[in-house]
Amino acid sequence: MLGGRLPRLTGFRVDFWFLMKLLILAAMGLFLVYPFSTLITRSFFSTKAEGLTLYNYARFFSRPYYVNSLKSTAYVTFLSTATCTLIGVPLAYLMTRYNIWGKKIFYVFIIMALMSPPFIGAYSWILLFGNAGFVTKLFHSIGIYVPSIYGRAGIILVFTFHLYPYIYLYVSGAMGSIDSSLEEAGENLGASKLRRVFTVTLPVVLPSILAGMVMVFMTSLADFGTPMLIGQGKPDAVTLPVLVYNEYMSELGGNANMASTLSVVIVACSLAILFVQKFLVARRNYIMTAMRPPEVVVLRGFKRLLATLPVAIVALIGLLPQLTVVAMSFIRADFTGFLGGFTLDNYKSIMNRLSLNITNTYLFSIIAIAFIVVLGMLISYILVRKRGKVAGLMDLLVMFPYVIPGSVLGICLIVAFNRPGLRLVGTAAIMIVSYVVRKLPYTVRSGSAFLYQTDPSIEEASINLGVSPMKTFFTVMARLMLPGILSGAILSWITCINELSSSIMLYGGSTSTIAVAIYQDVMRMNDATAAALASILTLSTILSLAIFLKTSKGRVSIV
Amino acid sequence: MSSHNVVIEKAVKRYGDFVAVRGIDLEIRQGEFFTLLGPSGCGKTTLLRMIAGFNSIDEGAIYFGDQKINGVPAHRRDTGMVFQNYAIFPHLTVAENVAYGLKAKKVPRDEVKRRVKEALTLVQIANLADRRPNQLSGGQQQRVALARAFVIEPRVLLMDEPLSNLDAKLRVQMRTVIKKLQRRLGITTIYVTHDQEEALAISDRIAVMKDGIIMQVGTPDEVYKKPNNPFVAGFIGISNFIDCRVEGEDTGDARLLIDGGETVVRAKLCKPYCGLGRISARPEQLRFADGGIRGTIELSTFLGDFIEYEVKLHDGQIVQLNEYTKDVSDIKPDGKEVFVNFDPLRISIYSGESEVLSC
Repeated sequence: MLGGRLPRLTGFRVDFWFLMKLLILAAMGLFLVYPFSTLITRSFFSTKAEGLTLYNYARFFSRPYYVNSLKSTAYVTFLSTATCTLIGVPLAYLMTRYNIWGKKIFYVFIIMALMSPPFIGAYSWILLFGNAGFVTKLFHSIGIYVPSIYGRAGIILVFTFHLYPYIYLYVSGAMGSIDSSLEEAGENLGASKLRRVFTVTLPVVLPSILAGMVMVFMTSLADFGTPMLIGQGKPDAVTLPVLVYNEYMSELGGNANMASTLSVVIVACSLAILFVQKFLVARRNYIMTAMRPPEVVVLRGFKRLLATLPVAIVALIGLLPQLTVVAMSFIRADFTGFLGGFTLDNYKSIMNRLSLNITNTYLFSIIAIAFIVVLGMLISYILVRKRGKVAGLMDLLVMFPYVIPGSVLGICLIVAFNRPGLRLVGTAAIMIVSYVVRKLPYTVRSGSAFLYQTDPSIEEASINLGVSPMKTFFTVMARLMLPGILSGAILSWITCINELSSSIMLYGGSTSTIAVAIYQDVMRMNDATAAALASILTLSTILSLAIFLKTSKGRVSIV
Repeated sequence: MSSHNVVIEKAVKRYGDFVAVRGIDLEIRQGEFFTLLGPSGCGKTTLLRMIAGFNSIDEGAIYFGDQKINGVPAHRRDTGMVFQNYAIFPHLTVAENVAYGLKAKKVPRDEVKRRVKEALTLVQIANLADRRPNQLSGGQQQRVALARAFVIEPRVLLMDEPLSNLDAKLRVQMRTVIKKLQRRLGITTIYVTHDQEEALAISDRIAVMKDGIIMQVGTPDEVYKKPNNPFVAGFIGISNFIDCRVEGEDTGDARLLIDGGETVVRAKLCKPYCGLGRISARPEQLRFADGGIRGTIELSTFLGDFIEYEVKLHDGQIVQLNEYTKDVSDIKPDGKEVFVNFDPLRISIYSGESEVLSC
């Protein structure tokens, strides 16, 4: 048994936690530091020049092809962030302050919009408003022109209805914790209602708005599926993650120099935004202790309807993709498109053809979640209870994947592990590694939050009663952390089964997943089977979400 | 019973440049109820956690009986600790909490059951055995923590301000429970508190600590009546400090010159001393007399069994003087001119360097 009897090495006690720190740092080094530093190194190499070179960066900033992509990315992400804010903030205000109808149901709808995979959203919008979309055809038949969904506007539309919940969740949290006396003070000083909203309420929730905006920005910057599907290769709609993928596909033999350079640019953008937010929030962080949370205004009749309507419209539009995709999955189709009439053939077809993808999806995700839960508990314990230089370094490393989009992580792992003697690309292991690396920060965060609230004397009591520190961790601390960690793990699970952007780069013949198959089917115009696959994911998502909402009881935050 | 004496030799604890415990020597006798008392930051909890094994011993040594425990990890020290906030395992029932340490020691199941029941009966919560901690009141949680610590029959029982989270009434009630239990079990107990009244009430002996060192060790009676230095005099109970000049070449006939020599008191010293000094007197050691230090009553407060007077002495110092209601016929009015006096054999006298001069 570990803990105490082991020899001392030059002042260090070689105990369980020492070994864990060593092991975790080694794993982080191998799967995070090494891939990312390889990526950076690779970005300074080119087949067109000798040795270390700035050739790729020079090319990036001189060719319109690349510069335009940077502009498109900025255009799409900034505008999406703006539209999400414009929808999310008023929505949060209405939901927290008024007695609108069906509040709980709309809340679930809003969460579902966020948790459903973005590329399925994109795909359903195409089913509705694409060239052969139902709504497009319908309106065509009565002679009305519907603007095309393809291109930048379409991407922004999809992002907006997928990501506004981030703003909503952050802001409604903050609005609920404003002390009502603040607004009453504003009222008492003679400010009109609208003036109060702009001079008291909004400034106070501003840090939360900013936090939500950063989430929207990061997610839309990182997303690969939506711009890929909706952009349809239109030159003004090629965002950086799409470009990374294209470059990688064109740079054969794993020689991903340009893709590496693009990845570094994306990470630089993410980091820049994160710093801007930190800078803005640092001076505006108000600590709120809501002695008296604001009261819900009771509206009646027409006014209540008026307050409910916007919420209902937004929530239902957000839900539309999922409804569409499930409905379409039961419609008969052939290679020319949907024919009409109810059928289960689409499901039969995927069961025959793609059962491996389905197994892979759930198997990889389960294994990844198991790793995430165990590692997440160990790491958050080290961060909170074993503070020191090692923990500081670990903290930095574990949070780093926040700024690494899936496609960038994909490239990182490819440049690091797709070389002779170390060829992991195409294996299940690399897929699982990519899921674990990306989702671990969320679990660590909720685990640490729990530990900060837990008194250290609980575990000291156990040690004092004769149970070794290691055994104490597993029998007491892990046991206490588990409920919170597991609810958080359900959220991670949802994102794992829906993962596309890194899977699409890392999968191999036998390790393809549902998300990858949907992408390929959409590209091959197999809309019906794509719809059936997407329905499976959507249903899994809804089910998992229901379990989450049931078990977490509001203790685990979604954002 | 496997209770041990505890010997602490020159124990030192450092946090960077800050020395929290500065070379403490102590012997805690077998079966004794020993209290570490001092203001916050004095190092009492640090020392307790060094004994428990949660803080390293940077210098010196600690022994349980003959065994040096410096290198023994916390879970092998066989101490039972009661934490300030109880640290009850929230996921276990009351009985499971108490059984926890016994199971860790691989005690046979039947015996675990029996001992848990005994322990819960001793702390009078046998009826709560199957409750969850969140269904318990503060006092009940305290009893669970207590039972959990002593049921393993530890070599030493350690208590870190166990009563500080309880309300005043419950605190008095629980300290009686703890004292009786300790007497009955005879476990060597080290108790940490900042509450001097609690320390006086519960302890066999007290070590008064300040800034990482021990100011005085003694029975409650000793530290109260014969404080070794002004800090102990001021920290335990209420003390009035009166500046004076000591003329004491002859220890048997020393003179204390108070108020610039207006008042002269004859006293006995244990060592010859001449120079500035201080008298420390408890409110009940001061009395009104026909002669003595001149003063005026600033405020009188009737508190039932005694009357508390705030007296402004001639030189401007304010002292507190208590008179028992049963000893006097009337309450002196505010503003009355009085003389304050004391029995020089009962008060404490200190030199300018805070060295005790009285015997």
